[in-house]
Amino acid sequence: MSVQTSQPARTAPGGQLVLGLILTLVLVGLVSALAYLPWYLLAPATKFIAAHPVLNAFLDALVVCAFIAAQCLFLIWLERKFAGWLQARLGPMHVGWKGTFQTVADAVKLLLKEDIIPTHADRPLFVIAPYLVFVPTVLAFMVLPFSLSWVGYDFGLSALFALSISTVAAMGILAAGWGSNNKYSLLGGVRAVAQLLSYEIPMVLVVLAVVMLADTLSLTQIVQRQAGLWNIAAQPLLMAPAFLIYFACSLAEVNRAPFDLPEAESELVGGFHTEYSGMRFAFFFLAEFANNFFSAGLAVVLFFGGWLGPGLPAPVWFTLKVLLLIGLMMWVRWTLPRLRIDQMMGFCWKLLVPLALALLCATALWLVKG
Amino acid sequence: MTLTDTEISSTGMRLNLGPQHPSTHGVLRLLVELDGEVIHSCRPMIGYLHRGLEKMFEARPYRQTIPFTDRLDYLASLNCNLAISQAIERLGGVEVPERAQYIRVLLCELNRIASHLVFLGTFASDLGATTVFLYSFREREKVIDLLEAMTGARLTYNYIRPGGVPEDLPEGFAEGVRAFLDEFPRALDENDRLLTGNGIFRARLEGVGVISPEMAIAHGASGPVIRGSGVPYDIRRIAPYEVYDRMEFHVPAFAEGDCLARYRVRIEEMRQSARIITQCLREMPEGEIMTKMPKIFKPPVGEAYSRTESPRGELSVMMVSDGTPNPARVHVRAPSFVHLSLLPALLPGTKIADVVAILGSFDTVLGEVDR
Repeated sequence: MSVQTSQPARTAPGGQLVLGLILTLVLVGLVSALAYLPWYLLAPATKFIAAHPVLNAFLDALVVCAFIAAQCLFLIWLERKFAGWLQARLGPMHVGWKGTFQTVADAVKLLLKEDIIPTHADRPLFVIAPYLVFVPTVLAFMVLPFSLSWVGYDFGLSALFALSISTVAAMGILAAGWGSNNKYSLLGGVRAVAQLLSYEIPMVLVVLAVVMLADTLSLTQIVQRQAGLWNIAAQPLLMAPAFLIYFACSLAEVNRAPFDLPEAESELVGGFHTEYSGMRFAFFFLAEFANNFFSAGLAVVLFFGGWLGPGLPAPVWFTLKVLLLIGLMMWVRWTLPRLRIDQMMGFCWKLLVPLALALLCATALWLVKG
Repeated sequence: MTLTDTEISSTGMRLNLGPQHPSTHGVLRLLVELDGEVIHSCRPMIGYLHRGLEKMFEARPYRQTIPFTDRLDYLASLNCNLAISQAIERLGGVEVPERAQYIRVLLCELNRIASHLVFLGTFASDLGATTVFLYSFREREKVIDLLEAMTGARLTYNYIRPGGVPEDLPEGFAEGVRAFLDEFPRALDENDRLLTGNGIFRARLEGVGVISPEMAIAHGASGPVIRGSGVPYDIRRIAPYEVYDRMEFHVPAFAEGDCLARYRVRIEEMRQSARIITQCLREMPEGEIMTKMPKIFKPPVGEAYSRTESPRGELSVMMVSDGTPNPARVHVRAPSFVHLSLLPALLPGTKIADVVAILGSFDTVLGEVDR
């Protein structure tokens, strides 16, 4: 009998890195090529659609929804791979190449699952809650500019619209928490509302500072003002802390660790979505990852020059920047423990809000003096 | 109905944490009264894993009780094997060969490291840092592999028997242990640095669930729980058994009495266990590993008490013999059971998230609580 000790799986990190880089480049190239396809051939169709506002709006919404679903499938796979990488394991490997289609299989499973509504649930609230969470996210996506032309609906107050519409989701989460008639869900719902509403304040203050600098509330114009230098490089003293505050708030807004209290698994089992299964649960999940993309996208628009960048087409630049930020969020999520509710509120009201206020005042002073 | 008729009920919420809950580590049910997030009162409800083990001990010949002790504290079953084997040996006046004693200490300390690594992983993941769970289980896997090579099992070892141990160290075992010990301190430091210095981790634990030394003694706490309150109470030191009196090790104690202190005690204990294992390997003599005992073992009428330091605390076995082949009465003093009695005193006034931290810092094993 001899001693067997487990050997770590033989991996060549260098080779994997090179392979990953090559694949990324190929993907970027393919997506970039899309921009040079003869889209003008579709001009008659687009003219027809543009002439019918209802059809136009409907198609816009359809495109946004399809995009959300697609990016969600990709992000979930990415998150699981990323977590696997951090945790010295492989992550999904079986469905498709390196588990690429794992999330598709999961989505199909969720679609096929029985739709369970608990007997004592508040039926209308329980049923409507996932959509109350999902729809605001879709609406917020409508104003997120992937490029000057790739934006669902561009208007002068889009920054204000994006911030205000995403607050509506808090109502949906509370409805889910209350409607489930489950004590863990209720606690999760209450936590979520306290958290989302509190962190909204420093977030808005920071966005206001950017708006003051750009002198416009339109997201596309905010990006265009950064044509020379991105905000974070142009005003590092003001914008770097602003980005940090925004980043902390956006983690809280999308319920990610260390602010994942509303769905804290080790405390509240599943938080507000404990009782949900099947497609209703999938809608919460979709909304969470869509929110993730959206808040990273907003950060890119506000601080990192949106779609601006040399060489590659604008939407590709935008997506690359967003993915980098999302990677940062994932890194934070899989590293840090969770805050307690009083610490979470204290962090917001005692640190972030005063800091954001000070930042706003500093920006105002700089604008007046400078 | 008018508005004055309705009375808004503002009584607290009664919440059953468990028996199926991610953080109760088994089938513990905590009946807590909540006022929002704050806990008013807490009653631990136990018995979901009761198998009547003590009665089953009494219905069997002495040596057949050993496999059942694997199911007491299943994370450190070698320590449970040892506790009952010692009681049986004391009843019958059986001497254990020196080499067997060294092997026992070696195995128990390896098992302690494995158990504390489970604590490290589950505790961190209770607090939301899920990644540490994977890191610490990766280390634990190496210990389990070693124990598997030794005993043939990965969890329920059933290896320490009355009179000694059934088999000598397998070929290459000592080298395997040394290779593990070479890497282990670095891996432990890595996890330690990731958690202990982390601001959020500290904020969640410092000053939470403070047990004063007086309170710990009054409740009969032992193991890392009482040492986390600054009392250096370790059976291996105050009432040495096997060859612990020849071992050099430090009994870590931290005076703060909070969850962080209990966590730090366990981290330090893993380092001390590694020291003990090194000494065992160095000083282990050649010789017999098992004292021959009669086929039908009938100890004289009398009683015996054996105290051991399991990873959870003071694990003792009381055994009464009436001269027949079966024990007349067996009682197990399980540390986790005693520690649960601290919960109703500690929890009121804390928040839900603290329940998870405090319960996690006790490192309870329900197999041992319910027996």
